[in-house]
Amino acid sequence: MAVSGAVLVLYLFAHMIGNLKIFVGQADFDHYAHWLRELGAPVLPHQWGLWMVRIGLTVAVIAHIVSATILAVRARKARPVKYAHRPKVQGSYAARTMRWGGVIILLFVIYHILDLTTGTVHPDFAHGEVYNNVVADFAPERWYVTLFYVVSVVAVGFHLRHGIWSAVRTLGQQSARGQRIARAVALAVSVVLTAGFLSVPFAVMTGLVG
Amino acid sequence: MTNFWTEGEPIADTAAPDGPVETRWERRQFSAKLVNPANRRKLTVIVVGTGLAGGSAAATLGEAGYHVKSYCYQDSPRRAHSIAAQGGINAAKNYRNDGDSIYRLFYDTVKGGDFRARESNVYRLAQVSVNIIDQCVAQGVPFAREYGGLLDNRSFGGTQVSRTFYARGQTGQQLLLGAYQALERQIAAGNVEMHERHEMLELIIVDGKARGIVVRDMVTGEISTELADAVVLASGGYGNVFFLSTNAKGCNVTATWRAHRKGAYFANPCYTQIHPTCIPESGSHQSKLTLMSESLRNDGRVWVPKKAGDHRDAADIPEDERDYYLERIYPSFGNLVPRDIASRAAKNVCDEGRGVGPGGLGVYLDFADAIARLGRAAVEAKYGNLFEMYSRITGEDPYVTPMRIYPAVHYTMGGLWVDYDLQSNIPGLFVIGEANFSDHGANRLGASALMQGLADGYFVLPNTLGNYLAAGPYPKIGVDHPAVVEARSSVEQRIQKFLSINGDRTVDSFHRELGHIMWEYCGMERTEEGLTKAIGLIRSLREEFWTRVKVPGRGEELNQNLEKAGRVADFFELAELMCIDALHRAESCGGHFRAESQTEDGEALRHDDEFAYVAAWEHVGFGSAPTLHKEDLNFEYVHPTQRSYK
Amino acid sequence: MNLKLRVWRQKGPEDKGRMVTYEVTDISPDASFLEMLDVLNERLILEGDDPIAFDHDCREGICGMCGMMINGVAHGPERATTTCQLHMRHFKDGDSIDIEPWRAAAFPVIKDLVVNRGAFDSIIQAGGYITAPTGTAPDAHATPVPKADADAAFEAATCIGCGACVAACPNGSSMLFTAAKVAHLGLLPQGQPERSSRVISMIEAQDEAGFGGCTNAGECTTVCPKGIPLNLIGRLNADYLKAVSGR
Ligand SMILES: Cc1cc2nc3c(=O)[nH]c(=O)nc-3n(C[C@H](O)[C@H](O)[C@H](O)COP(=O)(O)OP(=O)(O)OC[C@H]3O[C@@H](n4cnc5c(N)ncnc54)[C@H](O)[C@@H]3O)c2cc1C
Ligand code: HEM
Ligand code: HEM
Ligand code: SF4
Ligand code: F3S
Ligand code: FES
Repeated sequence: MAVSGAVLVLYLFAHMIGNLKIFVGQADFDHYAHWLRELGAPVLPHQWGLWMVRIGLTVAVIAHIVSATILAVRARKARPVKYAHRPKVQGSYAARTMRWGGVIILLFVIYHILDLTTGTVHPDFAHGEVYNNVVADFAPERWYVTLFYVVSVVAVGFHLRHGIWSAVRTLGQQSARGQRIARAVALAVSVVLTAGFLSVPFAVMTGLVG
Repeated sequence: MTNFWTEGEPIADTAAPDGPVETRWERRQFSAKLVNPANRRKLTVIVVGTGLAGGSAAATLGEAGYHVKSYCYQDSPRRAHSIAAQGGINAAKNYRNDGDSIYRLFYDTVKGGDFRARESNVYRLAQVSVNIIDQCVAQGVPFAREYGGLLDNRSFGGTQVSRTFYARGQTGQQLLLGAYQALERQIAAGNVEMHERHEMLELIIVDGKARGIVVRDMVTGEISTELADAVVLASGGYGNVFFLSTNAKGCNVTATWRAHRKGAYFANPCYTQIHPTCIPESGSHQSKLTLMSESLRNDGRVWVPKKAGDHRDAADIPEDERDYYLERIYPSFGNLVPRDIASRAAKNVCDEGRGVGPGGLGVYLDFADAIARLGRAAVEAKYGNLFEMYSRITGEDPYVTPMRIYPAVHYTMGGLWVDYDLQSNIPGLFVIGEANFSDHGANRLGASALMQGLADGYFVLPNTLGNYLAAGPYPKIGVDHPAVVEARSSVEQRIQKFLSINGDRTVDSFHRELGHIMWEYCGMERTEEGLTKAIGLIRSLREEFWTRVKVPGRGEELNQNLEKAGRVADFFELAELMCIDALHRAESCGGHFRAESQTEDGEALRHDDEFAYVAAWEHVGFGSAPTLHKEDLNFEYVHPTQRSYK
Repeated sequence: MNLKLRVWRQKGPEDKGRMVTYEVTDISPDASFLEMLDVLNERLILEGDDPIAFDHDCREGICGMCGMMINGVAHGPERATTTCQLHMRHFKDGDSIDIEPWRAAAFPVIKDLVVNRGAFDSIIQAGGYITAPTGTAPDAHATPVPKADADAAFEAATCIGCGACVAACPNGSSMLFTAAKVAHLGLLPQGQPERSSRVISMIEAQDEAGFGGCTNAGECTTVCPKGIPLNLIGRLNADYLKAVSGR
């Protein structure tokens, strides 16, 4: 869980930094997308590098989902009869929403790939024109798409805030100081990532990028 | 008056070797027959109880290779009432170099017991105390330590030396967890068979020897007979005969009382220890009392209003209308007089109508002076957790309003009679821990019960039991042996009887009423008149119990009221014997104060010429006067003196 | 005080069970929660009903026998408090209170609010001890233990085995209980020889007993009457990773 989660966090960082290139300009951003496909060149042929990343990611996602499912199934088995009266959260709010958050993220990623990678669900998709694709996506009349992106990115933020802290604990963090640091780092990372991702649709909506 | 009892033959043999007290235990161990390790597997030992005594015994016997069957009424052996002990455990380690020694611990214990204990047993206890601490540390018991990494000690119960080892306020818990873990290790190894939620309801005797018990599975209600080569009872004390006590709700006398009815002598039943600093009753719903550490008396001042019936708040009572009665009556010891004196004094002022709090059963323990003198922070550092416990239970803040305290029954020195080997007068029946009568005489020193429980379980019993088992294995008996069948059916009949009465009063209501009688007439102060009256009251209440009690439900299920009914029925019989014992002992000693026997200034007055003996009672049939067997006590080393705390 | 209780009633392990409503009247605010149930039970007995079965013994917060879900919170609303030490003054007149047993597959219900917590004993059997045969111990002062370690070991050792952590955990995990014992023994020099094997077998035992996995939800520590801290779980994980990688 912690290991697959960590791989995903690394990817998210890279992805966010890539996305932020949109602020540098259209050419740069498109170039970046192109560069992605040449990743590893000249050692690797066209797109091989990208595919390796994709495979790595897929493995991590599958591992992550499998372990999350195992945990969820065990939890269900461990408490076959539910409480009749269960109040709101006693621990942390983020902790209670891990599973639902994860499912939202999964649905989002599927939609997101169909949207911006394959273009299947994108109305005016053009291969290679990543900049335009993104700008078109967050057009004001498509506010519901934007809203879905925002909700999902916030869900990712929640997921990470608990996830990172939890991963560190799973890997054996135990001192009070370590705990404070882990909490702070988790919060910082999720805020940075959330803000970083959100800045793109926000910028498009406000016309900052367009 | 003698029609309440008859006198039988004195007890001649206690199995203790004579000669110098220092080497008696060593010589006894050497003379004991040994069991060939290869034969131990074939020998089965039943241990009833998993407290410090039973838990440590079962673990040690299992480790030695015997086949052990262990029983407790809780859902896990870890929950035996030893878990609740707070203060600490004594041991003559002399780590403080303050002049402590085995001899001094021996001396203090004999004297503290008001010269009603056996010298040879007490000496052995002091000797073994040293090994207990080593054993517990090796098991991982987290005793309090000093900055240098060595064990910390405190002084306890009015002794001059610091010999009490402790683990914050949870010493009993930590010691018990040590024994429990050792026990679980033996369970995992297959040496001990654990039966939790099983209650022993009868002893099985075949050819004069203890050979098994009848138990009820408290979950299914199934009654089964368990057979063995020897039976060890480690079932704790019987303070709950008073209903309200500091004991756990389930503490009972059933295991030992059933053995008593089958012929085991019950010794000194009237010796009960009453603890002066408990949280008082808050109303008729009260189900048990909570002890607070005696250390509070180091800084708290005890007082009540001078006027009877003064219901003003403590803060509204001016200084000159307060009676700091302990300081007044005992100027040199003041608030630190021994437990029994402090308890009796509290009862006396409350009887005068000067008690405070609901029902007028309480006295103030005031920290105002200590807070003014030391500062709130210092008081908090010392007693913070106790203050918190107090305010959790009472809802009052003891930093602002004085605490209210009242005495409560705490420990029972009496129990089944055993010889030096911890064997009762029934061969093959051994009794250890609070369940036996040995070692503490008429009064137990603070922090000595934990010591005795572990001494018996880890070190004494495993040696002496071997001597008995060396003659085994005893002839096999089947479950169809007439004695086994008889024991089993008597249990079944009794259960049927409880369920069939279907009266109009609950078990608890009887228990509460019995407790009132005992507290009133067989509590802190006893008189011939009161005890005689109590016996009458107990008898008629018992009759009422057997005709009017209502036990709901069935026998073949978890039935907590059925469990209680059995326990209360035995308490009724015990209560009568306690009163008879208290009545016959026309002297005051330790935890037994007869108003007729006091000095001019109200101190306990012993009569060594008449009463320097152990009173061992034999049951001779229900409704007949019990027979008294005396075991004379001789003091070769510590010579009897009268106490004085003025 | 007058209260409305909804209590889980279940005749036996096979019975399906249901919530039953009772009104209780005239309860003293000084009564403990269990004493309030005692009062109700006395009435039920006289009315010919089956009284409510619940576990309890010491009634002073140390034996770990008591425990029930009170309005969905293990041991009720007061922090760091067992059910037996919870007093009615923390409720308001007219309140309605839902009372349920601990729910976990590893803690099957025996009757009403009574559950079987034997699974905890099996975790201890797997390694929650130090092998120290009676009579072979060296002098207690042979190995000094730094005060800080001794104190930390003590804190961990105060767990009363009540099971509230399992009851509260969304995963039904016994991690806090196990972590407390692993920390208690692992912090002491006497516990070092068995440190690796202990943590591995105790983790295996808790999985076998049917407890869920820990996802660091942290609800266990909030209800723990002894305030066993969450970081002990991190400590257990560290010990575990070290043990499995060293194997
Ligand atoms: C609040 C409190 C504080 C104390 N503080 C101290 C202290 O600081 N220092 C000190 O030295 N002493 C102290 N004592 C006294 C001491 O704790 C006890 O005397 C001692 O622990 C008794 O141990 P035990 O093993 O004999 O019995 P227990 O620990 O009472 O164990 C009895 C066992 O017998 C079982 N049992 C009983 N009846 C049956 C039955 N019919 N069938 C099956 N099983 C049965 C129970 O399940 C239990 O396992 C304190 C006592 C109390 C109540
Ligand atoms: C695809 C859908 C996803 C699902 C179903 C999912 C589910 C879960 C679940 C159930 C946990 C629980 C463990 C816990 O509560 O601590 C978890 C932990 C975690 N998740 Fe996800 N998640 C998903 C996607 C992601 C993504 C995209 C990332 C990161 C970019 C991520 C990062 C993490 C991290 C770091 C943890 C903490 C691991 C630990 O507790 O050791 N998850 N996830
Ligand atoms: C609003 C914020 C986001 C924007 C603008 C954005 C944009 C993009 C774009 C443009 C691509 C296509 C790149 C390409 O094909 O060259 C892409 C791919 C991808 N994004 Fe995002 N993304 C965002 C948030 C996220 C989040 C939160 C996640 C994960 C939880 C995510 C996961 C992915 C994945 C898995 C791919 C596919 C990569 C591949 O295999 O090619 N994205 N994103
Ligand atoms: S860790 Fe806390 S909640 Fe869990 S069993 Fe121990 S004391 Fe109870
Ligand atoms: S609530 Fe459960 S998930 Fe872990 S942190 Fe506590 S055991
Ligand atoms: S009854 Fe012992 S902890 Fe509550």
